[in-house]
Amino acid sequence: MSDEITLTIDDQTVTVPAGTTILQAARSVDIHIPSICFHEATTPLGVCRTCVVEVQGMRTLAASCVTQVAQGMVVNTHSERVIRSRRTILEMLNSTVDLSEATEILDMIKDDAADLERFPGAERRAIPILDDNPMYIRDYTKCILCWRCVQVCANDAQYVFALNFSGRGFGTHIATFYDRPMPTTTCVFCGQCVGVCPTGALKTKREWLLEKGLIPEGSEA
Amino acid sequence: MAEISPTLLRETLSQYAPQGRTALLPALHAVQTIYGYLPETVATEVGKALGVPLADVHGVIKFYNLFYPEPVGKTVVQVCTDPACALAGGDEVLQAVRQHLGVDHEKATAGDYTVLRSTCLGLCEHAPALLVGQTAIGRAQASQAAELCQGHGYRPQGLVYGEQRRLTVNCGKGRATSLAEYETSGGYRGLRRALEISSSALIAEVKASGLVGRGGAAFPTGVKWEGAAQAPGEARYMICNADESEPGTFKDRVMLEEDPHRLLEGLVIAAYAIGAAKGYIYLRGEYPQAHKSLNAAILEARKAGYIGENILGTGFNFEIDLRLGAGAYICGEETALFEAIEGKRGYPRLKPPFPTTYGLFGQPTAINNVETLCNVPFIIEYGAAAYRQLGTEKSPGTKLFCLSGDVTRPGLYETPFGVSLRHLLDDLAGGVRDGRKLQAILFGGAAGAFATPDQLDSEMSFEGLRATGLPLGSGVVLVIDETRDLRQVLLGLGRFFSHESCGKCFPCQIGTRRQLEILERIAVGKTLPGDAQRIFDVGLTMTDASLCGLGQTAASAVLSALRIWPEIFN
Repeated sequence: MSDEITLTIDDQTVTVPAGTTILQAARSVDIHIPSICFHEATTPLGVCRTCVVEVQGMRTLAASCVTQVAQGMVVNTHSERVIRSRRTILEMLNSTVDLSEATEILDMIKDDAADLERFPGAERRAIPILDDNPMYIRDYTKCILCWRCVQVCANDAQYVFALNFSGRGFGTHIATFYDRPMPTTTCVFCGQCVGVCPTGALKTKREWLLEKGLIPEGSEA
Repeated sequence: MAEISPTLLRETLSQYAPQGRTALLPALHAVQTIYGYLPETVATEVGKALGVPLADVHGVIKFYNLFYPEPVGKTVVQVCTDPACALAGGDEVLQAVRQHLGVDHEKATAGDYTVLRSTCLGLCEHAPALLVGQTAIGRAQASQAAELCQGHGYRPQGLVYGEQRRLTVNCGKGRATSLAEYETSGGYRGLRRALEISSSALIAEVKASGLVGRGGAAFPTGVKWEGAAQAPGEARYMICNADESEPGTFKDRVMLEEDPHRLLEGLVIAAYAIGAAKGYIYLRGEYPQAHKSLNAAILEARKAGYIGENILGTGFNFEIDLRLGAGAYICGEETALFEAIEGKRGYPRLKPPFPTTYGLFGQPTAINNVETLCNVPFIIEYGAAAYRQLGTEKSPGTKLFCLSGDVTRPGLYETPFGVSLRHLLDDLAGGVRDGRKLQAILFGGAAGAFATPDQLDSEMSFEGLRATGLPLGSGVVLVIDETRDLRQVLLGLGRFFSHESCGKCFPCQIGTRRQLEILERIAVGKTLPGDAQRIFDVGLTMTDASLCGLGQTAASAVLSALRIWPEIFN
């Protein structure tokens, strides 16, 4: 097997080292593939599926963040199937979660002309804000389940394992052991989870209080 | 919560502790049997004993339906309301049981009882069915609610039919075939022959037989074994997928309950072929009778020297660990099943890498369905040519079909591949019940598609069905007569997938819920403008963009209905 792989992305010939993902290969030639859950600091899992592309000969679409390039591969990043899937995922996400502070996703919605009213009457995730510690708040109505906070809390960074999932399917949410308040868990308040949250679901307490006008700008919290 | 001595808990956990995280599901089952549910204090001890982070223990408990973090009644009653049971009045039985016990959807527990609506229990030929504790009851009637709650009612008996039966020769007795009986009918001769030849000759024989997987994906079995045998690794694992949960499917349950040694023989042969010293059978938690029968058969086989160290004096060692699932359809997906054995939430993994190179514990693994492995002893004993004498050229052998719904004689049918759907339904199973007309067949399972009366001449083989555009799936033929409201059937399928989506990838996690909401509107005739297009887009997105086979087929039946009967979506 040669170390260099040549493939075609949107009619453009691209040569990259073996082991490169389609997403990286596209970015190397300035072809933009949008994505949500992908983050440089976390293990790519391919859960949001907004980075899907159409690869000739494959039955389903491929998540470009986790699919490696292959010799002679022909990739289309904006076929009808790709656009339908990404737009529908964004519309479904918007019908479920409060995206008001997810600026990157809001940009994607604009770019793909997704319909914000596509799913009238759809059940939304309604979870009360968890304000159980002095460092940060958790507002899971804004959580898109990108996995990043669970990943950095575990093997991708801190190894403290304070967070995991609870429930299943649409009812999935992030939780501590038996929903214990954060100070009674293994959390060390490192703040990594807040740092990687893309939607404002995790926010420092200070920022949250400032937004609510509960502490004046510039004061010591 | 009953006061239980901490010593008993510690003693119980000490049996599992040396295994670490892989023992998480077995340990949770064991302590839940003691306490009736899984209180926080007990879950803490489990996590400590096995060295699993507490948040992960909680994550696992909350993933599997049959683990209860809150107190439940002494007897848990699970009433099936999936397709076959729904047609037979499962919802009425559920209502009657709830009414009798004074519980409802919100408050499921009263006194000694907890009542749950269950997804398919794999008792479709005895519909409507329920599990009262560990007791299966079929042909339940709403008027019997009081007796049902006492565990009284019709005990499911083997309903096994067909022609030229190879896999089911020992089935239909309504009890397990003992080791002595199995040996008398030629049992374990295939294993004896296998151990006399090389593993490569064994794999060549299976390849020559043309055997392909019976779990739904139809992957060539010999090719899979060869991949696992040749992949580099520190250990190899041979796994039997007995997590049969596809609505309408009960073939594996019947095989396991009535002829468990056939499966064990196939599994040991497969282990020898790939060079595995350790194997697992992952059995769904809703099959108590199969669990009993398999456990007994494993003990018998170990005593007789068919399992364990130095099998039949050949120096070949193979141990089997029987693992019990805990209520999660997704764990039938092979990589999710590995995660469950590893003590994790049953999330499917990305593929590639495939199991043959990176499977259980990251090692080369072959995983086969129960029915697939049950074909193996015959192939090895009589050879590929003899195996090919039944079936078609491209689909050799026989197939188990699960007939249920509005059919005169529901049951398990074994026929050679290549018979027509009409022959199976009309000649063998007596046609549609009560002389009614056929409206449709749910074909291949909930993840399958609808067949219409004009497709009755389809040939029941992989190539024949491909030509007709129907998925063989797990062999489900669920008959729906002319009087049924298809919108109700679709609603049931929508409810199933919404309940069973694991929630890992966005399209399936949200799509199954949006699909259900639209199907709810359709069922009551209150659709919104654009609902047909909406459910079409959601369906195509799940099919095209989901991470695993569950999401990729969660809209399969709905999309087929949309093609055949577009009018019911408006």
